[in-house]
Amino acid sequence: MKKNDFYLLGSIIILIAVGFLLMQLFKNEGSRLIVTIDGKEYMSFYLNEDTTYKIEHDDGEWNTFEIRDGYVKMIDASCPDKLCVKQGKAHYTNERITCLPNGVVLEIFGGEESDLDAIAE
Amino acid sequence: MKSRKIALYGLFIALAFIFSYIESLFPIPFPVPGIKLGLANLVVIIVIYGIGVKEAFVLSMIRILLVGFTFRDPSTLIFSFAGGFLSWLMMTVFLKLKLFSMVGVSIIGGIAHNIGQIIVAIIYVNNMGMLYYLPVLMVSGVISGTLIGILAAVILKRLTKFINN
Repeated sequence: MKKNDFYLLGSIIILIAVGFLLMQLFKNEGSRLIVTIDGKEYMSFYLNEDTTYKIEHDDGEWNTFEIRDGYVKMIDASCPDKLCVKQGKAHYTNERITCLPNGVVLEIFGGEESDLDAIAE
Repeated sequence: MKSRKIALYGLFIALAFIFSYIESLFPIPFPVPGIKLGLANLVVIIVIYGIGVKEAFVLSMIRILLVGFTFRDPSTLIFSFAGGFLSWLMMTVFLKLKLFSMVGVSIIGGIAHNIGQIIVAIIYVNNMGMLYYLPVLMVSGVISGTLIGILAAVILKRLTKFINN
């Protein structure tokens, strides 16, 4: 190994550490879930309302997710690798569960807790 | 092309193919798409250094095509091509620049592989938020790049005589 290799390794590790640090710093309690399919917003949900929802795609594929105690989890899906199911729970802002084969992204956002507050203002 | 060269190509493609197969037997228990050891890249980087960059490109693309239609879902082909291409491109560029040893070049290749896949994912689900996975994937790229690079350097030292004869 050359000296330059260690410089490279060091700078990449610093870059990764900064990346994780920034993610931690901007982490907030999430309150809303937005479901996008192929980049288009499909539906939105509130994390304080427990529910189970099945997304049915036009091509027969499907994804089922559950909101419980403020956490979102993909319970089951028709995709072959089931990576979305294995990704576990999401709760904090910017956390996401992605199902690439079906083009589904479950993304957590912050903001107001429920519709009522927004209307009251 | 001399028959010896043809045989060598076949050997390396078969080896890369087998490595991909072995890897598919042991899925990494980490649920983010794109995290792999990338054993097949061991063959790619050895060919880059031992034979040439063009040969490595051809080998890499043939391997991806074969693996995509056998051990994986063909819908993942586009991700493999993007990762494989960007990885090859960056390794070629940094090989010519002569800034790093084989290990450094391999690290760059590992990270480029994951960045290529993220770019396709961003286009695929049309969501810039896929960048959220970048730090995790970079960790994977650095670890696999370093291991593959060290291994490749050791192996190439022993293979050089055989390849150049």
